Amino acid sequence: MRIIFKKSYEADIRYFKDRVQASWYFILLVLAVILPFVINDYWVGEFSLMLIWAIAGMGLMLLVGHTGQASLGHAAFMAVGAYTNVILQNDFNIPFIISLPLSGLFAGILGICVALPTGKLHGIYMAIATIAIGVLAEDLIVILEPWTGGVGGIYAPAINIFGINFDRYTNVAELYWLILAITVLIIIGYKNILRSPLGRSFAAVRDSEISAQAMGVNIGKTRTLSFAISCAITGISGALMGHFSYVFTNETFNIVISINLLLMIVVGGVGFIHGAFLGAMVVTFLPSGISFTRDAFFSDFHIIPGIESGIFGMILIAVILFEPMGLYGRWLKIKAYFELFPFYRKDMFRRQKTYLKTERTR
Amino acid sequence: MQLVISGLAMGCVYGLIAMGFVLIYKATEAVNFAQGDMMMLGAFITLGLTNDQYMALPFWISVPIAISLMGCLGYLLDSLIIRRMFGQSQLAVVILTIALGFVARFLAGAIWGHDPQSLESPISGQYFRISDIVIGVPEIWIIGITISLTVVLFVFFAKTKLGVAMQAASQNQMAAYYMGIPVRRVNSLIWALSGIVAAIAGILFASKNAIDPGTGLLGIKAFAAAVIGGLGSLPGALLGGLLIGLIEPFAARYLEGDIARIMPYLVLVLILIFRPHGILSQVQKKKV
Repeated sequence: MRIIFKKSYEADIRYFKDRVQASWYFILLVLAVILPFVINDYWVGEFSLMLIWAIAGMGLMLLVGHTGQASLGHAAFMAVGAYTNVILQNDFNIPFIISLPLSGLFAGILGICVALPTGKLHGIYMAIATIAIGVLAEDLIVILEPWTGGVGGIYAPAINIFGINFDRYTNVAELYWLILAITVLIIIGYKNILRSPLGRSFAAVRDSEISAQAMGVNIGKTRTLSFAISCAITGISGALMGHFSYVFTNETFNIVISINLLLMIVVGGVGFIHGAFLGAMVVTFLPSGISFTRDAFFSDFHIIPGIESGIFGMILIAVILFEPMGLYGRWLKIKAYFELFPFYRKDMFRRQKTYLKTERTR
Repeated sequence: MQLVISGLAMGCVYGLIAMGFVLIYKATEAVNFAQGDMMMLGAFITLGLTNDQYMALPFWISVPIAISLMGCLGYLLDSLIIRRMFGQSQLAVVILTIALGFVARFLAGAIWGHDPQSLESPISGQYFRISDIVIGVPEIWIIGITISLTVVLFVFFAKTKLGVAMQAASQNQMAAYYMGIPVRRVNSLIWALSGIVAAIAGILFASKNAIDPGTGLLGIKAFAAAVIGGLGSLPGALLGGLLIGLIEPFAARYLEGDIARIMPYLVLVLILIFRPHGILSQVQKKKV
């Protein structure tokens, strides 16, 4: 058991709590880098997909976990990122290394355009407004067929940076490293936002709008900014998803994906960057996990369509009922148990009893 | 005129599902995203009891069975699952009910298959004509039942002791406890009630259209209707449902296909922007 004694304000906002923690993350990074040498191409592809989901999850996490706004239409911004990225590359001959940030930026600007009119909405109303935007985006893709290819879809070109080729099928490991690098950059950026005044104001708005206002936080501006940053990160993940899936249509980013994104971060643990990654692991590896289990144990088992979403739903119900803080919350409890070994008590993480009051008076 | 009648009938179905949303919202401040899937289950239970290939019971026997089954299901859902979330944030309940919807869709698909099926009810398929307008009998039934149900529920909330208790429980759970209202039981009862409404909506929907497990996604459109009307207002739910039901056929008739499909959502976004709490808004400014 280690005791952290904070001697300066600096110590409070450092990236890592202490050297031990820093070295653990370093080991994790090294493991992630050498992964393609250890496993075969299929699994490298799966891990790339997991990282893309994790980026999208981080985008949504910033909004849901750190600012307390629910969005059920984030796949729309993935679509914006993906289409912007490919159109910039195909029609304007802009290289990937510029078009990727541009697509994130464009998604962010669109996010502002969405957040400005809907910014006054709260909770459930926000959720339904974003659902509507998700549905609108899906149909807009079809309507804007000259650019987006409509239901026929659009093909993502192979990525080429400084002569190195990143192709979905021939250079799987290279693509994985590229995605990993972008993921690490985004994590650093995310962490930086969280420890800056902006991140603190996000948390203030999440915990209580009225007290945040009293502390001098501009609520409207904070919420809009959070929406924009969240959309930009999601847009980048969408752009990567476009390259990863090679061809995509309006169906690739439909409303079910938006809902899945939200469920993903809830399973992982709302309010933690780790939660986005844990949730992404569940979403990515659950389908293959189910099919492997089925092949291993029930060879004569006939395939029930939709069993994945059924099992996912049941996992989700179990997580919400028994572990509202998600998988990462469970990990924190296990860690606390071993760190405080004989002194862990069952009620340490018990939540205070709360009573709901109406939202109809505000 | 033809469009108006079919739009009204569809709008009534939306309105009924939306009413399920409103009932639960009015009494527990939670939003049940599985409402559409409950409607789907209600329709499938009736279908499973009535159709020849399954149990082949007479329609008028299977309807009350299905309705009471769905009522029990709603009660059990609340008392076994939702009640554990008592006092937690709305978002957690939303996610929980989305997950329940996944499970319901999977179960229905596993039991009744994924192909669209239609209910063999005595009211489906008949129609009569007034001059040159064709009116289906199911449409008349749908409109009539919806209107009477709205009136009954409205009176229930405004006049009966239980209805008032339900409203009190939603406005302030703790204060309701102090007043001696059994908040948990009231919540379970409201879930049972919304299960019953969902079953009625499902039966009416199935006697006009074919159903498959994905039908529950209609719930999103119905939720839009509830929000357009103002969550928490029963007449508002019916109004929103009718609005969406009427917009759809007219948009399909006079606009291009793709633009027509997004019209309901466009209307929703516009209403949310200009009247953030719906047409018949229930939100008041807090007095300090």
